[in-house]
Amino acid sequence: MTRPTADLGTDLAGVTLPSPVLTAAGCGGTGRELEPYLDLSRLGAFTTRTLTLDRRPGAPTPRLVATPGGVLSDTGGQNPGIQGFLAAELPWLAQQGVRTIVSLAGLTLAEWAELARHAGAAPGVTAVEVELSGRYAGGPSLDLEPFGAAKAVHVVRREVPRGVPVLAKLTPGSQLVDVARAVVKEGADGLVVGHGVPALAFDPVTLTPLLGGGSPSLSGPAVLPVAVRAVAEVHAALPGVPVVGAGGVRTGADALQLLLAGAAAVAVGTALLADPGAPDRIADELAGLLAEHDLTRPADAVGLGHTVLEGEHA
Amino acid sequence: MTPAGTTGPVQVTGEVLGVKKVGAHHLLTIVAPGVPERFRPGTLVALGVGGPLSQQVVPATYPIHRVRPTGAYGGTVEVVLTADDPSSAWLAGTHAGTAIPVTGPLGRPFALPKEPVTCVLAGEGAAAAPLFPLAERLRERGCAVHMLLGGATERHLYGALEARRATRGVTVATRDGSVGLAGTVADVLPDLLERTGAEVVYAAGGTSSLHAVALAAERHGAWSQTMLTDVPMPCGTGLCHACVVPLVGEDGLTRMARACVDGPVVRGDRVRWAEVGTVPEDAR
Repeated sequence: MTRPTADLGTDLAGVTLPSPVLTAAGCGGTGRELEPYLDLSRLGAFTTRTLTLDRRPGAPTPRLVATPGGVLSDTGGQNPGIQGFLAAELPWLAQQGVRTIVSLAGLTLAEWAELARHAGAAPGVTAVEVELSGRYAGGPSLDLEPFGAAKAVHVVRREVPRGVPVLAKLTPGSQLVDVARAVVKEGADGLVVGHGVPALAFDPVTLTPLLGGGSPSLSGPAVLPVAVRAVAEVHAALPGVPVVGAGGVRTGADALQLLLAGAAAVAVGTALLADPGAPDRIADELAGLLAEHDLTRPADAVGLGHTVLEGEHA
Repeated sequence: MTPAGTTGPVQVTGEVLGVKKVGAHHLLTIVAPGVPERFRPGTLVALGVGGPLSQQVVPATYPIHRVRPTGAYGGTVEVVLTADDPSSAWLAGTHAGTAIPVTGPLGRPFALPKEPVTCVLAGEGAAAAPLFPLAERLRERGCAVHMLLGGATERHLYGALEARRATRGVTVATRDGSVGLAGTVADVLPDLLERTGAEVVYAAGGTSSLHAVALAAERHGAWSQTMLTDVPMPCGTGLCHACVVPLVGEDGLTRMARACVDGPVVRGDRVRWAEVGTVPEDAR
């Protein structure tokens, strides 16, 4: 006897995905590294490393240390540059039938426009992610205030073809809802809510930071409740806007929490480091959980937690 | 679980068969079906540590010592660890039956010579572990194999007895001179290369030791195949980009290469050893 499972088909900003389980930017390598462990075509979508205009060799090592329930990391945005990616990595992804979300980070509006032009003109791009934290491009954090974030999204939206959704990636913070409103107003078709949380750790022996320089951030299960809260706030303010919830997802139950908070899909990141096959497992667990609650598809769970939050359920 | 095949890594839930103390080290044997069949000397295995309630979310990566494809318990994998970090200490304290998530074999193995040549295999402490299965493969190809084992003290040597059985000659060096020659692998290697006329040096160890090995090999006119064992590799699968080292490619350009997938075995003359830990100005 097989357990009942839900159909995981998901609509994200007008794009149909086979599953609401995606990979998060920067955590799935080039995609090839995941191939031995995953059926990549079953993946909701693969998100690239955040790409800059020029290739970046990244930060000195150490770049990652384990902290309780997570990792503190700073790769310095190592990436082959948008052109290097389009030439060497995207064709393979397209060949495998992988839906690909291209994550971009610009330093100036001109850079944003050029990045978006390259990504938008490439065949086989499912969506574009606008990475606004500034930590990859090496610029200011645009997602801390509505004006800068909205300008970047406006420029990208203008350059990317209509059928390709533009998703703005936002770090949880006090301005989150204002920034979300501003980027949606300027054309963001959806939001990626949740990101590594700016963090720091010291070495008690050397009395220096565990990761030298740069701007380390905390990811992994430790930040899941931060992401759930952030998604819930954004969904409450903008219930019609599709959200990808990102932060610490390790199990189907974690994914379900983000759906209940209002996410249409979830991005799996740090969990891949210990379990590169995690997306398949998480999707299976989520399908089982949805069926247990008599929910026939992921969309039925999206925002369901809010009725309880608002006291409409007894 | 990954589908069956005979190449590439697999992801399985392994089970500890036993832990044996060997001098300053621990020999950990894990039942991990599928890994032995795919193993080549120089590859790695990533082990989930801490158990299901662990607050540590990244695995620990180790060179594979030996594999046994068949046996009463199914295929097994052995690693040699020194319990000087929390992950290794936890693994050293496990008992038979402990479930361990296993991903492997990972990374690029040692390149084997096409001709039967004379080889020196050099390693310090637990880093010598991956050299033993390599010695077997080399002997099968008719190579003359000499081993150079180093350690801080006699307790820190690994496999000196076994090496005597498996190779043509064994040289032992301890830093405190408690057994064998006094000094490090790097101190002893130049004479050994001279004496054996080795054409290839295979080495595993820390970056400063491998730097010295690569220099000695170059001065002697030998090839070196160096296995990076002390570069932290938080995932082992190439995903996290945390284990990068500056590596010179065929085109002469330096790239920040991932030790776990572009290595762990790299040509000694390709690494910018003095700049490991940094990002050189001209790195791409």
